[in-house]
Amino acid sequence: MSEPRNLRASAAIVGVAESDELGRLPHKSALAMHMEAAQSALADAGLRNSDVDAVFSSGRIMANEVPEYLGIRPRFIGGTLIGGCSFIAHVEHAMAAIHAGLCEVALITHGESGYSRVGMPATRWGDDSLNFQFELPYGTMGPATGYGLMARRHMHQFGTTSEQLAEVAVATRKWAALNPMAMYREPLSIDDVLNSKVISWPFHLLDCCLVTDGGGAVVVTSAARASDLPKKPVYVLGTGECVTHQMVSQMPSFDQWDAAIESGKRAFAMAGVRHADIDVAELYDAFTIVPMLALEALGFCKKGESGGFVAGQRTAPGGEFPMNTNGGGLSYTHTGMYGIYTIIEAVRQLRGECGERQVPDAKTAICHGTGGQWSAAATLIVSTDK
Amino acid sequence: MGANEYTGPIPKPTPETQPYWDAAKQGKLLIQRCDDCARHYFYPRPLCPHCLSRNVAWVEACGRGKLLTYVISMRPGRSAPLPAPYVVAIVELEEGPRLMTNLVDVEPDPDKIACDMPVTVTFAAISDEVTLPRFRPVHE
Repeated sequence: MSEPRNLRASAAIVGVAESDELGRLPHKSALAMHMEAAQSALADAGLRNSDVDAVFSSGRIMANEVPEYLGIRPRFIGGTLIGGCSFIAHVEHAMAAIHAGLCEVALITHGESGYSRVGMPATRWGDDSLNFQFELPYGTMGPATGYGLMARRHMHQFGTTSEQLAEVAVATRKWAALNPMAMYREPLSIDDVLNSKVISWPFHLLDCCLVTDGGGAVVVTSAARASDLPKKPVYVLGTGECVTHQMVSQMPSFDQWDAAIESGKRAFAMAGVRHADIDVAELYDAFTIVPMLALEALGFCKKGESGGFVAGQRTAPGGEFPMNTNGGGLSYTHTGMYGIYTIIEAVRQLRGECGERQVPDAKTAICHGTGGQWSAAATLIVSTDK
Repeated sequence: MGANEYTGPIPKPTPETQPYWDAAKQGKLLIQRCDDCARHYFYPRPLCPHCLSRNVAWVEACGRGKLLTYVISMRPGRSAPLPAPYVVAIVELEEGPRLMTNLVDVEPDPDKIACDMPVTVTFAAISDEVTLPRFRPVHE
């Protein structure tokens, strides 16, 4: 019988890129940023659009739109839309499809005009949707509510403090200072975070991610094909995904992130690596609490202990646990569905392309994302070693 | 705040949720109970999400519960349900299900609002058609 373990290292990531620019880009549409990133990622992989036989994208009304825009006729199409971690899940789906012989070269693209709102599909919950009936009339207008609810419970139950949340923002800003593509690069102190405006208590403004425009793309192919391409292959050792709910009020637990516990367990089981083998962690930071709960869910620390884990700038450059080395959603970019940038940065770290922010001798990385409001989770373990 | 001051989202029921909204208008909080697996659930659905039985019934919740968690939203605006700052909360009902709500009749101050504090339901008409269940602290 087939089992997930058989997929281990059967595929590799061979091309990654951002759009030409990230930030506030009123002169570009969302689809144009899909295209810029796709073209650059294919060039990075030494491939052309005519080589691509599978396209995975997310965030459009129909998944047919991106292939048409890019001049591709895919024979395998992925449109899984589970929030910001969708692209991490796409890697799992691409690997499975490649392993099954349904396609050979998969292009995963993202483009979002999250700030300027140029060429974005009109999406809102209908008046008779579940969200509109059971959550929105209470003022749950943004993710700052859904993520904040977990932060407040964590503080109550485990004694986590606002200072500990701020540690994440400060450490992440230090990485951003080393990344020329990052939006905010000037130094930040714990006090700066605590003194910034309260948005949705317990979150201050600087606990919250940016709102930007940009795109990203990733090329996945079989391990066999990868060995003929120009860049060092980054093998997909393990993947996992899970959805537990849609509305945050329906989340199964409020003291742990269940979807991430499951996706992490599956990814580590497939990869067959230990936590000590992970050299770099790219953990989606929509808010400071999100990577903290990911650290607990993925098993880097015990339940309730992430506040202590991130204290003392442990995740900053030079710290024991390099995390969100591009500057994260908090300081680098956050277009709305940030997940693809975790993959781009992990691959660059493992190839040794990160310049000033390069983590020395990084061989194995973990990427992890959230979707919706703790609703979905997807995890990816990648390595230059098979 | 009276109904004519509310400028937030006004829900539109579906056939499956209509009894819940009709009851709220009468000052009753309806949830559902599965007659096969004996568990309560919320939000309204025609089948039990625990066992997919169709053998389900509407029951009136006792209206008491505990404040599981909350945030204090500082965001003002036409889509806000209450003048900012206001408390967005998740309440766990005594029967078990959890729901999103606002905590009202309380100062929006983290020092005054404790997770796990007892709360009870109260109702607010937001339009001629729709009444929202909200919760307030129980002062013992």
